[in-house]
Amino acid sequence: MKRRHFLGLMGAAGVSLTTAVTAKASSSADVAGMPNVGGVLFDASRCIGCRKCEAACNQVNDLPKPAKPFDDLTVLDATRRTDAKSYTVVNKYVPKPGENPVFRKIQCNHCMEPACASACFVKAFKKTETGAVVYDPSVCVGCRYCMVACPFNIPAYEYDKALSPRVMKCTLCYPRLLEGKLPGCVEACPKEALQFGKRRELLNIAWDRVTANPDKYVQHVYGEHEMGGTSWLSIAPKPSFAALGMDEGLGTTSAPELTSGALAAVPAVAGIWPVLLTGIYAISKRKDKIAEEEKKAAVEAAIAKASADAEAKLAEELTKAEVANKRRIEVEVKKALEAAAKDSEGGEDA
Amino acid sequence: MFNTLQDLMLHNKSLTYVLMAVVLICFIGFWRFLTGREERNRRY
Amino acid sequence: MSTENTKNGSLFTPFNIVAGIILAAGIVVTIMRFTMGLGAVTNLSDNNPWGIWIGFDLLCGVALAAGGYTTSAACYIFGFKRFHAAVRPAILTAFLGYALVVFALNYDVGRPWRLPYPIFYQQGTTSILFEVGLCVFIYLTVLFLEYLPAALEWKGGLDKYRGILVKLTMGLTILGVILSTLHQSSLGALYLIVPSKLHPLWYTPYLPVMFFMSSMFAGLSMVVFEGTLSHKYFHHKMDEDYNANYLDLQFAFAKGAAWIMAGYLAMKLLGLSMDNRWHYLFTGYGAWWLFEVVGFVMLPCYCYAVGYRDRNIGLVRLAAPWTVVGIMLNRFDVSLIAFNWQLSSAERYFPSLGEIIISLFVVTVGVLVFRWIVTRMPIFYAHPAYKDSSH
Ligand code: SF4
Ligand code: SF4
Repeated sequence: MKRRHFLGLMGAAGVSLTTAVTAKASSSADVAGMPNVGGVLFDASRCIGCRKCEAACNQVNDLPKPAKPFDDLTVLDATRRTDAKSYTVVNKYVPKPGENPVFRKIQCNHCMEPACASACFVKAFKKTETGAVVYDPSVCVGCRYCMVACPFNIPAYEYDKALSPRVMKCTLCYPRLLEGKLPGCVEACPKEALQFGKRRELLNIAWDRVTANPDKYVQHVYGEHEMGGTSWLSIAPKPSFAALGMDEGLGTTSAPELTSGALAAVPAVAGIWPVLLTGIYAISKRKDKIAEEEKKAAVEAAIAKASADAEAKLAEELTKAEVANKRRIEVEVKKALEAAAKDSEGGEDA
Repeated sequence: MFNTLQDLMLHNKSLTYVLMAVVLICFIGFWRFLTGREERNRRY
Repeated sequence: MSTENTKNGSLFTPFNIVAGIILAAGIVVTIMRFTMGLGAVTNLSDNNPWGIWIGFDLLCGVALAAGGYTTSAACYIFGFKRFHAAVRPAILTAFLGYALVVFALNYDVGRPWRLPYPIFYQQGTTSILFEVGLCVFIYLTVLFLEYLPAALEWKGGLDKYRGILVKLTMGLTILGVILSTLHQSSLGALYLIVPSKLHPLWYTPYLPVMFFMSSMFAGLSMVVFEGTLSHKYFHHKMDEDYNANYLDLQFAFAKGAAWIMAGYLAMKLLGLSMDNRWHYLFTGYGAWWLFEVVGFVMLPCYCYAVGYRDRNIGLVRLAAPWTVVGIMLNRFDVSLIAFNWQLSSAERYFPSLGEIIISLFVVTVGVLVFRWIVTRMPIFYAHPAYKDSSH
């Protein structure tokens, strides 16, 4: 009985805790945003799949040489993703069979509210004003939760290293940006499919281009709002971004907002549980005590009753005994008298 | 002022975690204060 | 297992041989893991960074170690004092469970010697994983302190420390429930950040609540299940107090588990409705979801209920392992089967032999340590010298 009660209570409290507190962690009034944050605009309709950006990225980041050289375009026949040896890859898609292929460059999107940063339990990731989301391998534990969390499947891991594996992902060439240089890929692109600039200006450029050519472009700038927005923006020829392997269903909720409800429940549990549990403990203890006292009282009463009963019985026995005794005495007396009477009669006779 | 929600939350949560520890310790102290004289004049 | 003790001294029992093989294989894989890297022994990939070392060792391990907080809370907080004798085995199991979870994490993370970093060096407080790590760390300490009196009684002569610990029981129990609430639910909350990767039937804002509720009946079921096993193998170690309340406890826990499972089922249903996920029920994943929810929650719940009503201990003892399997199935679904559901089958994950060996290795180590302890320390019986103390 009691158990069911407490379980119901705990369940109820748990539910209300985690669901009632889904309000945003804090009002966005406290967040200034990054008005001058940098970014890159990628126009898939301009990309010719030459892999020059891949080669440049490999070079400026000192990554290991790939098995097939970068001018070997047969690599494009397979769909690839970023891995520990390549921060960026270009993939080929054929949205409508028989028509020209479209190419898309994949790399870290440098989210405005990075899921990787939200997920990392040692703060290894940081969003910077340059736009770059940078990673610090000197604290990384290698739990790989950042890889789980990234909605774009970008971070890769050095699974083949035994002692010092790192998470590997595009840095937006953060060191080069600090030197005032362009990211390697942007500099190398022969077709101006990549353009570096302030994100807010890039957004204007993107929308101008998209709205000016409504027949050509999907009327959407990918990265403007996806997962709270990204520094890397993309526009694509029709029919869709999905045709280029991009997830169109990510929604606009940023990673910190997705977890803020659960995080808000943590201090609530720490604040409410001790009060509730100690209260239940005190109640059950009090109940025990009362039960104990009742038991004690009942035992005393029982003892009292028992002794009273015993006394009564004794008295009864006594009276009974007395009666019996009396009778016996009477009988004896009678007998004696009779005997005496006989004797005297006999005496008279004798 | 914080530039990202992430930074704001980092700040808020870090402080909150510390306060949680403080609160839990205070609970113990207050409970002892609250029930400290119970044994002597317990009258239910 | 049973044969190890006293009666027949042979080391070469079937159990010992199997355990020996697993240990040997585990040591080989351990050496490979730490000399050649994760890639050499696992099937982990950039798309599937978490495998069974997280899905089984961490998620299932923590859920199934929930018996510690449920039993001690029932006994000390909610006043089920007559289940007192069950607390120690439950605490020991929980302590070993958590210790093994942490042990297994050393295999999974890339640089295990940095595991203290998030707590002592640089705190990423926005991460749910930070919360899990912190709670698991503190809770492991709490469980150790709760278990310690048994070890001290065994050693003897340290009554002063034992006395201090026993006084702390109440506080430790409450702290244990708080920490368990937090990290059990947070293991579910880990997945709140991936709405695009986890199948909509499993992704719900209720994930933390569901993980917490299921941990409660997981813990109760584990106590029942483990009690049945222990009874078989360590019967000679148990005292009257333990044996006298053993049936009562199993029935009471069956009742509790059935009732919480009903609540869990309700949440599953309401979760579907909240996010309008009904149409997914008619897909392949929907069938799998129903298999999990009907086959491994609803049916064992009913089995528990009938077992309790009819006082049929057989049914209760059947429902317990059934529920445990259901919990494991659920954790596998969330972390592996319904995770990355949109990727092509070539990109999906399946555990490698090395990963399976390490998981078996960890479980085997747990069973061996448990056996070592209960055959020596006062776990299933009260130590004669401390019989009357209420700990
Ligand atoms: S795309 Fe992924 S790795 Fe890059 S910032 Fe966003 S969450 Fe992080
Ligand atoms: S793998 Fe490293 S960077 Fe990624 S979340 Fe874990 S500690 Fe942070």
